Amino acid sequence: MKKVFYVLWAIAFLFGAFAVYQKFIYGDQLVNFGSRVVWGLWVAMYIYFIGLSAGAFLLSSLVYVFKMKIFEKLGKLALITALITLICALLSIWFDLGHQWRFYEVFTTPNLPSSMMAWMIWLYTAYFILLVVETLLAFRIDGGKLSETRRVRKQRTLQILASFGIPLAIAFHGGVGALFGVIASNPIWHSALTPIVFLVGAILSGCALLTMVFVFLWKDKTSIDYRQITFLLGRIVLVALLFDELLEWSELSIAMWLGSPTHIAGFKEMLFGHYWYVFWILHILLGVIVPVVIFLVKPRKPKWIGLASLLVVFTFLGVRLNIVIPGLVTPKIHGEAAAFISKRLLYSYTPSLQEWLVGVFIVAFGIALFYLGDRYLKLTNPHN
Amino acid sequence: MENKNKKNRRDFLTKAGTLALGGIALSTFIGESLIAKPRPTSGSILEFTRVEDLLSGPYENVKLRMQDDVRRSMKKPIEKRKWGMAIDMRKCIGCNACTVACISENVLPPGVVYRPVMKEEVGSYPNVSLINRPRPCMQCQDPPCVDVCPVGATFKRKDGIVEINYDHCIGCRYCLTACPYEARVFDFGEYYTENTPEIMPYESRPSFEYGSKWPRKEGDSPIGNARKCTFCEHRLADGLLPQCVTTCIGGANYFGDLNEPDHLINKMINRDNVTIFKEEEGTSPKVFYLR
Repeated sequence: MKKVFYVLWAIAFLFGAFAVYQKFIYGDQLVNFGSRVVWGLWVAMYIYFIGLSAGAFLLSSLVYVFKMKIFEKLGKLALITALITLICALLSIWFDLGHQWRFYEVFTTPNLPSSMMAWMIWLYTAYFILLVVETLLAFRIDGGKLSETRRVRKQRTLQILASFGIPLAIAFHGGVGALFGVIASNPIWHSALTPIVFLVGAILSGCALLTMVFVFLWKDKTSIDYRQITFLLGRIVLVALLFDELLEWSELSIAMWLGSPTHIAGFKEMLFGHYWYVFWILHILLGVIVPVVIFLVKPRKPKWIGLASLLVVFTFLGVRLNIVIPGLVTPKIHGEAAAFISKRLLYSYTPSLQEWLVGVFIVAFGIALFYLGDRYLKLTNPHN
Repeated sequence: MENKNKKNRRDFLTKAGTLALGGIALSTFIGESLIAKPRPTSGSILEFTRVEDLLSGPYENVKLRMQDDVRRSMKKPIEKRKWGMAIDMRKCIGCNACTVACISENVLPPGVVYRPVMKEEVGSYPNVSLINRPRPCMQCQDPPCVDVCPVGATFKRKDGIVEINYDHCIGCRYCLTACPYEARVFDFGEYYTENTPEIMPYESRPSFEYGSKWPRKEGDSPIGNARKCTFCEHRLADGLLPQCVTTCIGGANYFGDLNEPDHLINKMINRDNVTIFKEEEGTSPKVFYLR
C-alpha cells in the first residue's frame, strides 16, 4: 500500500515538476485561461488552499486561545497544516502571475489603501509571520527543555499571539473574499455575502481537512479521546456545512428569484451551463448531501466521519472553481463574444493539461511537506 | 460564306462601337447632372453630417482639422490637456479597419486587441438593424482598473489617459476583471506566425507605446502584462491623431482636447445625440458615442 503511494506520488511530482518547468520556459502560452476568463484553475486552487489554511488556523485557536483540553493534541497538527496549505496557496498564485519575478513589488510599492489585493497580500504576509512564530513557539513549549516558569511565560505569549491570529485570519480571508466582492462590474461576485461565504467556506473546508487527516493518519486509534475528538470535529464540520449551505441558498435565491438577466447570467451558467455537474453532482450531491447524511447517521463512527470530511475537502475545489469561473464566462458587453475571434477571447474555459499538472505539483509538494513534518515532528503520533 | 462572316463582323463592330460611345456620352451627361445638383443644406437626411459645416478657414478635411487641434493642444502643459474621443455609430460601417490599424500600429499579438468593433443586433426579424460599436479604452475619469492594481502599475495621467507601466505590472490580471468595458487584455506571448518556418520580423518589431520601445522578447514586457488602448499616446506626442481615427474610412471618429471648447470634438459631443456607454457604471468615460 505504502509502495503504491510512493510510486504514485513520484509520478505526480515528476509530471508536475515538468509542467512547472514549462511555465518558466514558455510563460503563459500553454494555459487555457485568456483575457475574458482571466482567472482559472490556479486562482481557484489559491482560494481553496488559503481557505484550508485559515480554517485549520481558526481550529488551532480552540487550543491556543480558548484552551479546549480535548483538542490539545491537535494544536500542532492544525498549525502545521495551516502553514503547509498557506505555502501551497502562495505557490498557486505565484504560478498564476504573468511576471513571477516581480512579486516583490507587492511589498515595495503596494497600492494601498485602494487595492483590495494589496490589502490581502499584506494581511496574509502578517498572517504568515504570525503563523511561523506561533508554530515555533508551540513546538518550543512542548519540547520539554524549558523550566516551568519560562514555560508558563511562553504559553502566555503564545496565547496572546494566537488571539491576535483570530482577527488576522478573519481579516485576511475575508479580504480574499472582498477581493472578489468589490468588483462591481461582476454581479455574481459583487455581493456583501461574498467575504462571509469565503470565511464560512474556510472554516468548513479547513476543519474537514483536519478531521480527515486526524481520522486517517492519527496513530493511536484505540483511545477514547480519538473517538471523542472525531465526534466533536464531525459536529463542527456539520454545523459549518449547514451554515455554508444557508448562505449559498440565500445568495442564489435572492439573485435568481426575480433576477434581472444580466445579474443572474453567471449563476445560470453555474447551475445549468456547461459545467452543471460541478455544482449538482460534485458539490451538492457528493459535497453536501452524502456528507450530511453520514454525519447524521454515523456520528460516532470515525471512519465514516473521516470519509464524509474527505468528501467535503475534495469537492470543495469545485465550490472554489464555481466562484471564479461562472463570474467570468458571461460577456459584460452585448456583442463582445463575436467582435474579435481568438482563443484568448473566448467565454469558455477548461483547464489545460499543463494547468492540471501544475496543480498536481502543488498538491504533491504539500503532501511531501506534510509527510516530512509528520515524520520529524511527530504530528500524528505526539507521545512517542 | 467568308464574305458574309466579314460583313457580320463589321456590322457587329459598328453597332457595338456606337452603343459604347452613346453609353459613355449618356453616363457623362447623367454624372454631370448629378454633380451639378446643389447639396442639400438643411432639413434633409444629410443633416447629421453637418460636421462639414463646422469646417472653416483653411480646414477642408475633418482629419486635418483634428490633427491641428491635437498639435495646438500638445503645446500646452500636460495637465491642461484632456483627451477625448467621440464615435459616430451612424457612420461606422463595421469594417474593422480601425481594429486592424491598431493591431498594426501597436504590434499586437494574437488575442490582444485594443479596439474591437461590437456588432449589436437590435430588434427581431424582419424588423432588425445592426449597430456597430467600436470599443477602445474608455479612458475613464474614475477608472476601476486603477484602484484595483495591487502594485500601482496602472494610473491616470495628468492628461486623462490611463497608462500601464509595463515594467511594473506583475501580470495578476485583477484589472481585467475590474474593467466593465472589457477593454483590457493580457499578452500571452504568442505570435500569428507561430508554427510556421519562421516567426516573421514584423511580429517582433517594437511597439512604441508610452513613448518607449517595446520589442517582443520571450518573457519581457509587454509579454505577461495587462495591455489596453493608449489613445495612441505616442502618436499624439508627435502631433498625430490616434491610428484608429486616421484610418477610419467613414470618418466616424472625432478626437481632441475636451478642455478646448473650439476643438471639433467638443462641437460634436455637446449635443443631445451623445450617449455614454454603460453610464450606470459611473466611471465617466472620455469616449462618447453619437447616435
